[in-house]
Amino acid sequence: MTPILEIRDLHARIAGGREIVKGIDLVVNPGEVHAIMGPNGAGKSTLSSILAGKPGYEVTAGTVSYLGQDLLALAADERARAGTAMNAARRGRGEPELDAAQTLKAVRAKLKLLDIGDDLLQRPVNLGFSGGEKKRNEIFQMAMLEPRLAILDETDSGLDIDALRAVSNGVNRLRDPARAIVMITHYQRLLDYIVPDHVHVLSEGRIVASGDKTLATDLERHGYAHFVEAA
Amino acid sequence: MSASLDTLETVRASTGEGYKYGFVTDIEADEAPPGLDEGTVRFISAKKNEPAWLLEWRLKSFRRWLRMTPPNWAKLAIAPIDYQASTYYSAPKQALKSLDEVDPELLKTYEKLGIPLGERAALAGVAVDAVFDSVSVATTFKDALGELGIIFCSFGEAVREHPDLVRRYLGSVVPAGDNFFAALNSAVFSDGSFAYIPPGVRCPMELSTYFRINAAKSGQFERTLLIADKGAYVSYLEGCTAPQRDEHQLHAAVVELVALEDAEIKYSTVQNWYPGDAEGRGGIYNFVTKRGACRGDRAKIAWTQVETGSAITWKYPSCLLEGDGSVGEFYSVAITNNRQQADTGTKMIHLGRDTRSTVVSKGISAGRGQNTYRGLIKVMPQAQGARNYTQCDSLLIGKSCGAHTVPYIDARNPSARIEHEATTSKISDDQLYYCQQRGLTAEEAVSLIVNGFCKEVLKELPMEFAVEAQKLLAVSLEGSVG
Repeated sequence: MTPILEIRDLHARIAGGREIVKGIDLVVNPGEVHAIMGPNGAGKSTLSSILAGKPGYEVTAGTVSYLGQDLLALAADERARAGTAMNAARRGRGEPELDAAQTLKAVRAKLKLLDIGDDLLQRPVNLGFSGGEKKRNEIFQMAMLEPRLAILDETDSGLDIDALRAVSNGVNRLRDPARAIVMITHYQRLLDYIVPDHVHVLSEGRIVASGDKTLATDLERHGYAHFVEAA
Repeated sequence: MSASLDTLETVRASTGEGYKYGFVTDIEADEAPPGLDEGTVRFISAKKNEPAWLLEWRLKSFRRWLRMTPPNWAKLAIAPIDYQASTYYSAPKQALKSLDEVDPELLKTYEKLGIPLGERAALAGVAVDAVFDSVSVATTFKDALGELGIIFCSFGEAVREHPDLVRRYLGSVVPAGDNFFAALNSAVFSDGSFAYIPPGVRCPMELSTYFRINAAKSGQFERTLLIADKGAYVSYLEGCTAPQRDEHQLHAAVVELVALEDAEIKYSTVQNWYPGDAEGRGGIYNFVTKRGACRGDRAKIAWTQVETGSAITWKYPSCLLEGDGSVGEFYSVAITNNRQQADTGTKMIHLGRDTRSTVVSKGISAGRGQNTYRGLIKVMPQAQGARNYTQCDSLLIGKSCGAHTVPYIDARNPSARIEHEATTSKISDDQLYYCQQRGLTAEEAVSLIVNGFCKEVLKELPMEFAVEAQKLLAVSLEGSVG
């Protein structure tokens, strides 16, 4: 089975700056949900930015492959299209593209699935959205794009308990044997709602511990310092 | 013939020439010799078998023009124009009575431009008075309109068939000596469109004219006169595309609108003339005078324009709000990319009591484009209770373009309420990245953002135009990022 995501000895820095990611190895298989946790400054967001292809970062060593393809060779939009863009994905599966009417129908179905009101469709993207609305909109877009791999960077930050539940429900409904999800978070709280198969602790640009969901509860009990020192 | 067209298509496709509509149709032109003097004016008038009064009007305009100088107050860098080097008249030779007689090559050209003629017009619900070069060659739906008493024809035909109407209104909104370019147009105008909507009639379809500049070196001087009688309503569409040319082509049109009591005119333009190459060579100079008069009480005139083409745009569609309670509106999207320059806006002249005007302008600058909004809101002493709201937004793409806003406000009545809002923004890298993460290319992302930015204006356009306009925005901004 080809892993969806395979990261080997990844080193990276902010363009012209100091090294932030210092040798990460990670393999994500279809159907798996991984959680990456770690203190501020551990390199979590840098990792997700590099995977998404955000400009301004430099990979200095290592490889990242997505379904066996060199991910780092692709621009941000090409990465998205490689596995996400709805009609590109449909073409990939040999299915016909959706026309406007079918798309609208699909949109309404997904809105319903995620308990989002129709009024979202009438509003400009992200204009005057609350934190919770933005996150919900992200999850809705993810549901529409049906990606093989989703990287959720701090999806839980700034959410009240109701919004957190709604977003988590949305993510859980998208769990699928063909799809993998990587969640990046500060807090164990999110993992009560979206239960991961694997948990990794990231510190100073390296994964210092990996385990199952019980690792997250250990973390909550002992704090990051315990793991950082052990490493 | 079709083989050669196909060849052209293939060549264009394989060379990837930038401008989609940059092809030339080979039509035997009956041209006036280059140059401009009274003889030229007489030649044009004679060619068109015009009555003496019209020749006299042209000559008067020409003599005024001789004493005038081109305006230099706009923020435009214009290379000196040699008015003696242009040709002032060119027309397809054969006179045509119906669509069947139209040169098939011409029809093919229209087809390529996506102009709805004949069947396509019927499907689209559009009546077309197509101006090819200077003479109207086909008018459809005339009978259907005729039953309602609506006159929609070429300007030349109107002079012949409805001389009283033409004589009464020609130059009544834009006087011959109004400005340099209007005077030039009044002297040498070739043809154009005329429409008259009788009292109480609501024109059941969008009236539409497509202008096209074709013959080399022939400046195009269109004249449009639109009259909505008491209580009438009409929506008029004007769209332009032009073939690619090396030298600058001068276009100085005049559009006059007259709305009588309780009448409403909606005038929409999508302007897509050749903007020149990346260095600005070869584009159209578009110096247009458009003005509407709300002559009766509660009359309404709304201008909507999407300006994406031309090397230089100098254009201020305006409203004279003469009748009490009359309304003027101006919605504009202007894009300048590469070396394009646009100085465009509106004038709202409040003369009647309780007159209202709304101005919404969206300027987009990319490449080395320079985009200026210039608007005048003038409230005369007798215009008690006049109100204006102006909103001016500029969007910058890249580091070498410019956006400028020059609002003039002249209020001579203390009861006037005038509001002006302006914003300037830039498409941020984060916005682009956000869209790219969803699989859109940088250009698609810009197009999406720009369309959102222009939405307020685009929604004022009739449906078929709105679709075309959205595509145009994307085409016009090609190559502006990356």
